[in-house]
Amino acid sequence: MSNYIVKPDLAVTFAGIKSPNPFWLASAPPTNTGEQIMRAFDAGWGGAVWKTMGAQVTNTSSRYSSINWNGQRMMGFSNIELISDRPLDINLRELAEVKKRYPKQALIASLMVESTREAWHTVVQQAEDAGADGLELNFGCPHGMSERGMGSAVGQVPEYTEMITAWVKEKATTPVIVKLTPNISDIRVIAQAAKRGGADALAAINTINSITGIDLDTFIPQPNVDGRSTHGGYSGPAVKPIALNMVQQVMSDPESMLPISGIGGVATWKDAAEYILLGSGTVQVCTAVMHYGYRIVEDMIDGLQNWMCEKGFQSIEDFRGLSLPKVTEWKDLNLNYKVVAHIDEAKCIGCGLCYTACWDGAHQCIHVDRVSGPIDGPVELHLKPSEIEAASRNTITVTPIPKLDAASVTTPSYATPLARIPRVDETECVGCNLCSLVCPVDDCITMVEVKTHLPSETWEERTAECLTGKSC
Amino acid sequence: MQELLQQKPEIAAIFADLHPPFQAQAAVIEADRCLNCFDAPCTGACPTHIDVPRFIKKIASGNLHGAALGILDANILGASCARACPVEVLCEGACVMHGLNQQPIEIGRLQRFAMDDFHAQGGRLPRKSYENRPEKIACIGAGPASLAAAAELKQRGFQVTIFDKHPLPGGLNTYGIAEYKLPLLDSLREIELIKELGVDFRFGVEIGTKTSLAKLEAEFDIIFIGVGLGAMHKLAVTGDQQPRVTEALQLIEDYKTGKTTHIEGKVVVVGAGNTAIDAANAAKRLGAKEVSILYRRTRKHISAFDFEYRQALQEGIRFLWLTQLMAIRASSEGITSVECARMEIGSGGLLRPIEDSTFHLECSMVVSAIGQSPMLELLAQCRDVQLQQGRVVVDRATGQTTNPKYFAGGDCVNGGREVVDAVADGKRAGAAIARLLEVAYV
Repeated sequence: MSNYIVKPDLAVTFAGIKSPNPFWLASAPPTNTGEQIMRAFDAGWGGAVWKTMGAQVTNTSSRYSSINWNGQRMMGFSNIELISDRPLDINLRELAEVKKRYPKQALIASLMVESTREAWHTVVQQAEDAGADGLELNFGCPHGMSERGMGSAVGQVPEYTEMITAWVKEKATTPVIVKLTPNISDIRVIAQAAKRGGADALAAINTINSITGIDLDTFIPQPNVDGRSTHGGYSGPAVKPIALNMVQQVMSDPESMLPISGIGGVATWKDAAEYILLGSGTVQVCTAVMHYGYRIVEDMIDGLQNWMCEKGFQSIEDFRGLSLPKVTEWKDLNLNYKVVAHIDEAKCIGCGLCYTACWDGAHQCIHVDRVSGPIDGPVELHLKPSEIEAASRNTITVTPIPKLDAASVTTPSYATPLARIPRVDETECVGCNLCSLVCPVDDCITMVEVKTHLPSETWEERTAECLTGKSC
Repeated sequence: MQELLQQKPEIAAIFADLHPPFQAQAAVIEADRCLNCFDAPCTGACPTHIDVPRFIKKIASGNLHGAALGILDANILGASCARACPVEVLCEGACVMHGLNQQPIEIGRLQRFAMDDFHAQGGRLPRKSYENRPEKIACIGAGPASLAAAAELKQRGFQVTIFDKHPLPGGLNTYGIAEYKLPLLDSLREIELIKELGVDFRFGVEIGTKTSLAKLEAEFDIIFIGVGLGAMHKLAVTGDQQPRVTEALQLIEDYKTGKTTHIEGKVVVVGAGNTAIDAANAAKRLGAKEVSILYRRTRKHISAFDFEYRQALQEGIRFLWLTQLMAIRASSEGITSVECARMEIGSGGLLRPIEDSTFHLECSMVVSAIGQSPMLELLAQCRDVQLQQGRVVVDRATGQTTNPKYFAGGDCVNGGREVVDAVADGKRAGAAIARLLEVAYV
């Protein structure tokens, strides 16, 4: 820890919009009403994107479903809810009230109307008159609205995205953020279109088309609406890796790069730090708040500040985008870099998961042969997993009874027997990481660099040499 | 059976489950904790080698029927073993979670969860073959070893008959396990499935007396000896003929079958094995004012498992170490006290009484729990079956005795271990008998 007494300032200016911290609520049920947003600001949220206003809709009952994983609820979350089902004038009146009471927080109006210049001009005017600090164009809603020519129907066609963004820019006096849909083969194409249309910023990603599951008794997919279902928008921790990749793609392309608000599975300060390291100026949160409430922002602020202190960062800008140069294309990776797995015998608990993973899922170079003696070399020389298990099943085991087994019954020791500690054949190990990923013990399997004494060489360099006639 | 059912509530209230069953959600959470080890140590530690991670992951996935069948495939008494096994020194003792300083996976309770569901759903034991074979096998004793051997053989289509002198099957599984671990009715429910397989049970038949072994040999191709151990050792002190001197196993059987529902006064238990502790705990729960265990040596010499000892302390049992029973004193009313001497362990571990250390301990009931003797009389009648120190000599992998027509397993072979050991013996013997007969047939 450094010696800061005053915690670092988290204030950001995102495309000209000032916010006390980078934590915004995404346009979603947590920002449905003014009353909610005011409570969220009281809890510490730096900004909120009002649940999308526009053409009034009717929502279904039920609307949400989720994926539980290994005892954890809502690893992935899906919704078939549409935009705000409240009248536009009420939303705008409440927005004006919130802005008056909370002038320092960023209040963004998310908008979606039918695809005409007049409709967009009208709603932009209304939102700005109510006092919105910025506008977010919802070109991403994956269900319902897209069938009416809105939402992802716009965000999936570069021409529409560019055209509508341009219409909005004709009228808007506040910054315009275009929210991108991930339901497209290359998100950069739409981001580029938004930029050409004059967007001031981007937000990514919206939810991902999904069916979370099917009831195996009724055969009805979730969520069930009177016996039927439809695809929903997927969010939550499960989507973060997908969203991070899309943010990185947009931020690494000069044609699409704009201030970006990162969205997708943000639940903790660590998630937020990762989005910021990939260039995000703010992050938006929905699912985690739907799971645990507005209160989660307290640790997001506190944790991020403590981490920044530790790293010596005094502002968000100090570390924003630091990881971008560390992402390249595969062809630019050094093919002469080598790591091998190393098992710490003192930490190993003998579960054998690395062994199974290496044999079935990787390169058959972890062996359970410390007692029977090492045999390096091809896979044929080693006992196969099924042979080891069969031998165990054939052993005769008895309950240790002190009276009958006085000599052999000792105080139990939970040290892992050597026979159960796997061994890595380093000559065969390709350094894939799998064993270290499945190992349940922290820092038991580490990937250790092995000096190859070869100069760095990328695929591109190697194939270029081939083309120039050198051996390869 | 019916009258037992009616007596149960009273006993059930006193002997509520020591390890209550899992609720469904808790079972899944616990199952999810299992790492799914390769060549899992828990499986290796189980004498019947139940594939523990396999059934636990089936619980996690919601495949409870598959979980139960996986358990039964390895251990036909999976339901009672789930409850009666000393898991602390078996599967759970071997769990790698110890190495992470975490509680081991609650394997016993998960196994019970799968088996309870199996019984609740009316599950039936699977057959391993459609064939019906003519060969006949007799199993002497209806305890865990014979049940396992019989099931293994019946599942493959052989004709199996089990003989037992008791009116109920199960041996110690039914009569001898503390009710808070395994209720008598749960033992019977499990055996009912083996009956349904088509195994023929003959109760009230004492082999070696009216029904001779020679007759059995003439009628059956193979005989499996699963007779367990016999009477408990006598205390052999003055007063041991008093009516309120009883054996630990008898005390347990009496309350489990509803014969005893209450015990009064102070009780002295002699011996400190697992059975002694079961009897002491039972006496306490049945109303005894004070229960003392007398043991000649010290805490570190007892043959009871550590968790059993700790359980006894929790139940309020008093332990008198280095104490030897010398005599039982009685008046015309019955037992009044026991006379004891203090012991000391001299050089070379030799135990001797301390001079003038005699003292009296007031009590009205004395329970002997100093071990069981082998069934020598019966075993002697098994032609050419060799014994060693009272135990039947077998080939461990097959259970075959020195007479190739005789196989044996369980306490009469291993000297008195756990239910799961008997099941493992019976299972191996059953499979070996089947192999033997199939080879002969071809």
